[in-house]
Amino acid sequence: MKSVLVIGNGMVGYKFCEKFVAKEYSKDFKITVFGEEPRPAYDRVHLSEFFENGDAKALEMAPRSWYEKNNIELITNERVTDIHRTNKTITTISEKTYGYDYLVLATGSSAFVPSIKGVEKKGVFVYRTIEDLEGMMSYAENLKKKNPKAKAAVLGGGLLGLEAAKAVMDMGLEPHVVEFASKLMPRQLDKRGSSVLQNKLENMGINILLSKATNKILGEDTITGMEFGEYDKIDVEMLVISAGIRPRDELGKTCDLKMGTRGGIVVNNKMQTSDPEIFAIGEVALYNEMIYGLVAPGYEMADVAVDQILGTTETLMSADIDMSTKLKLIGVDVASFGEPFMPVEKGYSILFENKTKDLYKRINISHDGKKLLGGILIGDASDYNMFHQIYLNGLPIPEDAEELIIGSRGEGGSSFGSAMDIPDAAQVCSCESITKGAICSSITEGGCNNLADVIAKTKVTTGCGGCKPMVVDLVNETLKSLGKEVKETICEHFEYTRQELFGIIKIKQLKTFDEAIDTCGKGDGCEICKPLVASIFASLYNDTANKEEVIQDSNDKFLANIQRNGTYSVVPRIPGGEITPEKLIVIGEVGKKYNLYTKITGGQRIDLFGAQLNDLPAIWKILIDAGFESGHAYGKSLRTVKSCVGSSWCRYGMADSIGFAIELENRYKGLRSPHKFKGGVSACIRECAEARGKDFGIIAIEGGWNLYVGGNGGATPRHAQLLAEQIDNETVIKYLDRFFMYYIRTAAPLMRTSTWLDKLEGGIEQLKKIVVDDKLNIAFELESEMQGLVDAYQCEWKQAIENDDMVSRFQHFVNSEDTDDNILFVPMREQLQPSAWGN
Amino acid sequence: MDTILNTYSTVKESEVSVWFKAAEVGKFAKNGGVCVKYKDKQIAVFNFQRRNKWYACQNLSPEKNENVLSRGMIGDENGIPKVACPLHKKTFSLETGENLNGDLNAIATYPVKIVDNFVYIGFSE
Ligand code: SRM
Ligand SMILES: Cc1cc2nc3c(=O)[nH]c(=O)nc-3n(C[C@H](O)[C@H](O)[C@H](O)COP(=O)(O)OP(=O)(O)OC[C@H]3O[C@@H](n4cnc5c(N)ncnc54)[C@H](O)[C@@H]3O)c2cc1C
Ligand code: SF4
Ligand code: FES
Repeated sequence: MKSVLVIGNGMVGYKFCEKFVAKEYSKDFKITVFGEEPRPAYDRVHLSEFFENGDAKALEMAPRSWYEKNNIELITNERVTDIHRTNKTITTISEKTYGYDYLVLATGSSAFVPSIKGVEKKGVFVYRTIEDLEGMMSYAENLKKKNPKAKAAVLGGGLLGLEAAKAVMDMGLEPHVVEFASKLMPRQLDKRGSSVLQNKLENMGINILLSKATNKILGEDTITGMEFGEYDKIDVEMLVISAGIRPRDELGKTCDLKMGTRGGIVVNNKMQTSDPEIFAIGEVALYNEMIYGLVAPGYEMADVAVDQILGTTETLMSADIDMSTKLKLIGVDVASFGEPFMPVEKGYSILFENKTKDLYKRINISHDGKKLLGGILIGDASDYNMFHQIYLNGLPIPEDAEELIIGSRGEGGSSFGSAMDIPDAAQVCSCESITKGAICSSITEGGCNNLADVIAKTKVTTGCGGCKPMVVDLVNETLKSLGKEVKETICEHFEYTRQELFGIIKIKQLKTFDEAIDTCGKGDGCEICKPLVASIFASLYNDTANKEEVIQDSNDKFLANIQRNGTYSVVPRIPGGEITPEKLIVIGEVGKKYNLYTKITGGQRIDLFGAQLNDLPAIWKILIDAGFESGHAYGKSLRTVKSCVGSSWCRYGMADSIGFAIELENRYKGLRSPHKFKGGVSACIRECAEARGKDFGIIAIEGGWNLYVGGNGGATPRHAQLLAEQIDNETVIKYLDRFFMYYIRTAAPLMRTSTWLDKLEGGIEQLKKIVVDDKLNIAFELESEMQGLVDAYQCEWKQAIENDDMVSRFQHFVNSEDTDDNILFVPMREQLQPSAWGN
Repeated sequence: MDTILNTYSTVKESEVSVWFKAAEVGKFAKNGGVCVKYKDKQIAVFNFQRRNKWYACQNLSPEKNENVLSRGMIGDENGIPKVACPLHKKTFSLETGENLNGDLNAIATYPVKIVDNFVYIGFSE
């Protein structure tokens, strides 16, 4: 048995192990991995997510048990200090010695800290490991206690620096980015792009200082500021340095491997160092005289080293390394691919800039107009994947190349064909080096039947995730080409789509979950199909969530949203956002009595948080006695119909928007549907109710209302589209009834109206035919179904508190009146919040 | 935090020294869960009627250490009976306690028996 020692358990070191054990001949080798960090390898690319959830486990590339299962010995918290090439051994910091047949150096890099006077001061951080982040978070926490307006700087305005700036901002500090060059992301963006980005970031509250060379970090032993010139300084209480990386090549130096003049261990295209039994991969390796600070080249290097060690010597590192990148997390789309700057001798550029929307697009085209050589996208990078593929594979581009960025003018089409047009050899997932051919053949030959299978088999999308939209298209198109229906079946228990199951349940008049699963499913059901069937029952019979509570999503089961610590929120309905002072007082009293955290929501009503399960019925009793009803904040049902104040008070109001909003909210309240839905009513085109951001939006114009549908805030914002113009109240209701009923019948589970409308063949035009022109001749049916549901409405909280059996559901223990004493609250401003989650 | 987690460890039927009389059968929702208090422990008990079986496990979700599993939905995955945590839908086998959709540690499970219309849970102390 031969021994392979891997030094460094970072992303690339881990990937080496993963690829190694997947190979057939690897059984003859014993792998031992040394990691200096305390924990097994984690996903550094998504490091910033640690700020959001503090969940180190979620970042793990694989748990310790994975290494065990694969017979890999993982030794963490142990730095390798020496390599003895003559007797092929290494020693570690705790003076243990190990022998090797092959040695793989995957020691990565560390943050580069420029030698500025004072960088050693307290409050100066780098951004590389989980421990760095933990340090920053607790430091920032302390700062904010002393000074809620504390400022922090980030040194470096590159990809990482901007990510760090966002993190600093999320920690509640005022962020300032200090960049030495005269533009942001100097390696990826041109001056114009940089200034559009700068504008956008400044609007988000990130301050940008360009062309600044830092002379000195000010302060006694703790940072208080940064000095650039004699009279030029800023006061900051924290600094994150993100000024580039330096390879961790110290082991190479001490054992005399060939080194680059500016660091890095030199490797050939087999990833061998100057000693052929020692390999270097990842950010420590100097290949083509470059250190590549991205995961994709690192993973390719791991692949090459695995094959070389196992004797597949024809696997070599590509000569050209793609450095295209997309900035993540910051909330602005930024992408740069291929050659972002275009020397005139190579080609010409087409630029598009719209300052009002902070949009900038640049593409660089070869002189003959046939090839896309590179480009920059800011503000909207949705075409990045396709451009990147066109560039990588030299795909043909439209004769008039400007169509690529100005967009085709036809309806609903993209200027380039489908994802299927790219060649099989095209690399779709650059992190895992997976080609289009491999993705498609995992379906045509590998037996995969859906996206999840393809991901499990090929690992595509599991790196940075940027390729996901394209992979989804490829999988769907391939399935279609095989004549397989691209069928989103519900789960292992029901081989139907939601629409099909809806039809079956309706025709067979099935009324309980057992009936449904015994008639058209198998097994015992699960957390996916149970709530879905419950929702179908509700849409058909308007049963409340109390009917069969054990198949309701757990929030519906308790008629409240569960919070971080297992307590619940209480949201009474406040139709149209209109509330009397008396009712406001009742809410205040309830909040006080039960010590609930109280907040105005984004939906024009009030949320009371932190109620213990067993207090819910008593709380709702008080509210219901005062005339409130359930707000269904937990259900997949109508949330709020937001209103502007309208003609009752506003000098521009053209209609009674509050009155109409209340009417609509009362009409559709309680209605169960595939996903939640929201409405808005504005009394003039100033649109203060943001109606076009809602599933339905109504805006008053001269002589009636304009009705819009399919809007969405949330994760994929969409403006609602115009369905009908200048119609009266009655017609609005008629069209809305038809629209909703049709959506409820046909949408996939958890699909908002915006996505549903996107997927509806024929889009809004088709919807107009169905809803307005009644081309399918179902309008009457839809309207009467809706009327039936409206008539069957009852407040499910009222129902619950009036029934002793139902009330018993809200007891924490079945055999005791006690409450959960594990719940801890901590003070927050003048109220309270759950104590933080430990790890 | 880990200390709460450590209060739970799986008890096999053969190891039972105390059968704790929890409550009468009628108090347990069909195909749903409730929580039983035993000393300082919280035990989730599921009346899996579709299979004519009863299951018990710790109420504590090991992901975030919240006492919520009894409020989760039950069902099966490839025939394995399971419960889904209401917080982030991590699922656990009701037979072995194993986390079916992740790498969390297994949760503790306990034996249940029904005698004279009463539900008993087995503990080893
Ligand atoms: C309380 C509130 C935030 C606030 O403090 O203001 C809130 C809180 C939650 N939102 Fe929201 N959303 C709230 C307004 C919004 C809005 C603004 C609006 O309604 O105008 C949006 C964007 C508009 C939209 O939906 O198009 C919004 C988009 C979401 C989304 C993303 C939906 C999407 O289509 O992408 C989710 C996740 C989901 O539903 O799957 C979500 C989910 C949630 C959940 C239910 C997450 C959860 O499961 O625990 C939060 C629990 C609330 C609770 O316990 O009561 N919330 N959420 C707001 C309650 C409004 C209300 O009165 O009911
Ligand atoms: C915040 C952040 C965001 C990023 N975003 C992106 C992105 O969007 N896209 C992208 O492609 N890349 C991104 N990167 C870069 C990417 O994370 C790196 O390219 C990748 O982690 C390099 O992997 P590696 O294994 O070579 O090095 P590392 O992940 O640094 O791993 C090296 C490991 O070796 C250990 N080690 C070093 N010396 C020794 C020794 N002597 N003995 C034992 N152990 C040792 C180190 O402690 C470390 O754990 C980002 C990086 C950061 C920090
Ligand atoms: S309230 Fe909405 S936006 Fe805020 S954390 Fe919860 S789901 Fe996310
Ligand atoms: S707390 Fe149970 S799954 Fe997250």
